[in-house]
Amino acid sequence: MADRRVTINLRQDSPIPLDVDVACDPGDVLAIFGPSGSGKTTILRTIAGLYRPAHAVVRSGSTTWTDTGSGVFVPPHQRAVGFVFQEYALFPHLSAAGNVMAALGHHARSERRPRAEALLQRVHLSDRMTRRPAELSGGERQRVALARALAREPAVLLLDEPFAAVDRVVRRALQDEIHALRRTLDMPLILVTHDFEDVVRLATHVMMLERGQSLAVGTVTDLMSRPDLTWLREAVGLGSVFNAIVAQTYPDRGLAELTFEGGKLLVADRTVALGTAVRVRIPAREIILATSRPAGLSLHNVLSGTVSAVHANPSDNQVVVQLAVGRVLLLAEVTRDAIQRLGVAVGTELYALIKSVSVELVAPGR
Amino acid sequence: MDWTALRVSLALGAGTIVILLPFGIWLGHLLAVRHFRGKLLVEALVTVPLVLPPTVLGFYLLVTFGARSPLGQAFQTIVGQSLPFSFEGLLLASAIANIPFVVQPIQRGFEAIPNDVRDAAACCGLTPWERFVRIDVPLAWPSILTAAILTFAHTLGEFGVVLMVGGNLPGETRTLSVAIYDRMQAFDDRGAGIMAATLLVVAVATLMATTVLSRRVGQRRG
Repeated sequence: MADRRVTINLRQDSPIPLDVDVACDPGDVLAIFGPSGSGKTTILRTIAGLYRPAHAVVRSGSTTWTDTGSGVFVPPHQRAVGFVFQEYALFPHLSAAGNVMAALGHHARSERRPRAEALLQRVHLSDRMTRRPAELSGGERQRVALARALAREPAVLLLDEPFAAVDRVVRRALQDEIHALRRTLDMPLILVTHDFEDVVRLATHVMMLERGQSLAVGTVTDLMSRPDLTWLREAVGLGSVFNAIVAQTYPDRGLAELTFEGGKLLVADRTVALGTAVRVRIPAREIILATSRPAGLSLHNVLSGTVSAVHANPSDNQVVVQLAVGRVLLLAEVTRDAIQRLGVAVGTELYALIKSVSVELVAPGR
Repeated sequence: MDWTALRVSLALGAGTIVILLPFGIWLGHLLAVRHFRGKLLVEALVTVPLVLPPTVLGFYLLVTFGARSPLGQAFQTIVGQSLPFSFEGLLLASAIANIPFVVQPIQRGFEAIPNDVRDAAACCGLTPWERFVRIDVPLAWPSILTAAILTFAHTLGEFGVVLMVGGNLPGETRTLSVAIYDRMQAFDDRGAGIMAATLLVVAVATLMATTVLSRRVGQRRG
């Protein structure tokens, strides 16, 4: 298998400031997360060769696509890039099949139609082959765009705000579809979004971007357990994210029991199936800290852990405590006063109190 | 009815389209998708024939085509006849006078294609030429047809430039609009009336055709 890691280094002061070093491996999903106007799309366009920053190195495996230092620039049509544009950018005069066939130029003419049909089938559009984009719904257009991007047999798949233009129900369906596709695709997948839900649901890695500056890069689990990301705290609130498996269901109680690398967690959920791999997010503001195991409480989860980091926010009176529970790092946001009263410092043994309804569960199919 | 004049008019209209359309598609596409130095000047030059009185335009073309100009001399040497007061000269003048009628609608047609669509075509692996032929031209096709129809109609009605550059030679440079003037001068009101009605019918048909075409564009975008 050829190495298909994509590496991107960008520097530029104007017109759009950029300062980015990031890489993405096959099978991984890198989410570029930031507010609109932060330069997210520019990064994707640079990878595709549609934009040329002042200083840039873009590599796909051992192939150099852009290197401003040595003057290398491969034009976009010679790069194996699958690009799903924000507004899909389908060819309005071609049918769904025609759109996909346009990206199959590297195959013999006789093979193009069957391949296009197979790709459309893969995104569940077998009955829409002959429709023009104007006759398709938003979600269907998006899936044609996805099939067209995959038709290129790309070395990297780029998705620009793929769910911005569809409603919530369609968004969930598309997220699941991409989540499922990811397992079968042997290529890096780079996703641009301003919606944090996309990060939690889809990404393995995340880069936080503000005004073209990469603020933090890492796996979702690592970054979400960092107590010092003030920018993220202000944007969406802190909260650790980790993976878990549904170990037990109690439909009559409306509860499910998860096991994770720090123990067990009861969550308020009556629909999730036994054995499902899920992703869990616990908002830092929802966790209560205690120095001893309390009794007689209505809440379900009391996890014991050791304080591994304490970060006081200079701007307000809040303190973020990072608690190691088994191999998972939880974040709890409490007041400065609480820290002083409890005498919290690195190494302190604490209990994290979590209501079962506070745990956000991300499972495929919902 | 001066059938010879009608034939000259139709030949001039068709010839102008044949000469001008490829040029108009090329320049309209260039102006729509590329940003280059001097683009504003080119756009202004393209518009000049629209704002100049036809007689002024005709005067300058006559000077440019004349035996004393390099172009006039070159044509004389190669073809063996002079450009002014010939059908060829008239055709060239008509092509120049119609540049704005061809370039502007085509440019607007190409500009209406979203940049993302063009970029998506590049990401599909289409070369610049394939993008032009398979994406740009089909999408701008109604505008290109509109440009051709407008040019044809405008050529039929052109008077000032024709009279200045071509004069009034039967079978060579006497077009229908010149023939109408000619008939009026000879107090042949009936002959002038028939020919005027012919041009009116052509004008109405042209406008209807362009309306239908622009409506088709609207439907496709919707």
